[in-house]
Amino acid sequence: MSGATQMSTRDISLSYGDFKVLQGVSFDVSLNGLHGMIGPNGAGKSTLFSVLSGLMKPDGGEIHFGDNSFGHTSPARRAQLGLGRTFQIPREFKHLTVRQNLMVGPRKQPGESLVELFLMPAKVRRFEEEVMARADQLIDFLKLRAVADKPAGGLSGGQKKLLELGRALMSEPSFILLDEPYAGVNPVLIEEISERIREINKERGIGFLIIEHNLMALNRLVTDLYVLDTGKLIAHGEPGAVLEHPQVRAAYMGAAA
Amino acid sequence: MDTYLLTIAVIVGIYVLLSLSLDLQYGFTGLINFGLAGFFAVGAYTSALLTMRAGLSPLLSFPAAAILAALLAWPIGRVALRLRDDYLAIVTLGFSEIVRLVLVQEQWLTEGVRGIAGVPRLGAGWGNPRFSEFFLLGMLVLCIVLVILFLRRLTASPYGRTIQAIRDDETAVRVLGKEPAVFKTQILMLGGAIAGLAGAFYAHYMTYIVPDLFVPLVTFYIWMAIIMGGVARLSGAIVGAVILVFFTEGVRFLRGVIPGVSDAHMGSLQLGIVGLVLILFMRWRPQGVFGSRGAT
Repeated sequence: MSGATQMSTRDISLSYGDFKVLQGVSFDVSLNGLHGMIGPNGAGKSTLFSVLSGLMKPDGGEIHFGDNSFGHTSPARRAQLGLGRTFQIPREFKHLTVRQNLMVGPRKQPGESLVELFLMPAKVRRFEEEVMARADQLIDFLKLRAVADKPAGGLSGGQKKLLELGRALMSEPSFILLDEPYAGVNPVLIEEISERIREINKERGIGFLIIEHNLMALNRLVTDLYVLDTGKLIAHGEPGAVLEHPQVRAAYMGAAA
Repeated sequence: MDTYLLTIAVIVGIYVLLSLSLDLQYGFTGLINFGLAGFFAVGAYTSALLTMRAGLSPLLSFPAAAILAALLAWPIGRVALRLRDDYLAIVTLGFSEIVRLVLVQEQWLTEGVRGIAGVPRLGAGWGNPRFSEFFLLGMLVLCIVLVILFLRRLTASPYGRTIQAIRDDETAVRVLGKEPAVFKTQILMLGGAIAGLAGAFYAHYMTYIVPDLFVPLVTFYIWMAIIMGGVARLSGAIVGAVILVFFTEGVRFLRGVIPGVSDAHMGSLQLGIVGLVLILFMRWRPQGVFGSRGAT
């Protein structure tokens, strides 16, 4: 990444028939920052994430990620360029164990190539040991040790959210879109996760854009906040100030206080 | 009688190869292949024609059968895997019927519905035809062992982990920077190769092949085998094939037992019993004999 260290969108719009889900969304976020996004249910937050990660095609608009322009770029390619994400409704690999779920994460594993798998077993084994060690660190951090060898399909909702965060981290992105990381996670762990996100951000320079309904936790973590309502960005700024914004208070019916 | 047992053993072996192929594709990767019989047919005709018309040694015609079947999977992967999952089922079913119709129509090559007679037995030059049959069984068992070793290595590797992740949630795999279509095409080709190999064994064992041996029913028999054995377990594919042949062949012995069943009724009875067994499995043991999956 040379000088361009931003993710920028210009006029992203998306409709389902007459229903305008996103209407001219434009923003610039630094790829090494901690950013939050809030908005009432149905505001279009998750849809925006899907457009950014390439799973949904917008009707119009542009997305720039660092030096790259995401036009028809596939989701896999966007991830290879460093954009990671998690999902609001967890998408765990339910028949794989928690450890295996994490180990799917790393990109370009030598053991994923048929040629290297059968012709360079030593290289595959070495890489696999590293991946396993990293997975184990995350298992401890995410407090998933007790279920590490259990199929992920049997985890609680909160544990699945943690697993998704871990899996995204395993793929070593430069920027991660987190969709409601705290939903169903117990309050003590929420603080620990926030702490870890700060740490990852500071030490490794990985940036985050976080959708979250837990405003208290989110405000303590991020430096700026975007507010999306009926598909439009209605406010952006430092969290405290944004929440005082009359339009935001109206959108949230006072729930933000 | 022991000729009959030998035949049963060879049929079981061929079904085991087909079940392993389908289990790799469906059990491990979630690909719905309804066209297994097509790959099986391509393997059978390829090896038969190469040995008979081109005078090739089976040592070369068997690998050729596997390779051609794998190559035919490639365009299917390119076309169908970009579409939704269920389209693959339709496209592969269409593929296997196209293969069968081509075999019927292209008489200059395949003798059409009359079929190809006199496919050479393996080791035919060594005199005793009995020996040749045992030799084929030995080669078949060797092949199965090699395929199982290969699949064990494959499914326990990072590659195997990723194909299972694709089966469980393709979207999550894509946002991790992996292209599921690449893996799925490779698996279609690998499975195609195994089915093609099974076809070559079939042709050289039967010594007489006709297009009607490769109707979609063959595909669905193999589906029944892996469902009964338990998906995503290599042992399940083997046991499923054994159970399947036990019921399809075992029905023959009912001829003298159940009154009023003529030879003409046998085919229907065979189908009916396999269907009934499948229903009982679905009701009492949906995960199959070896399946460990709960209903998650």
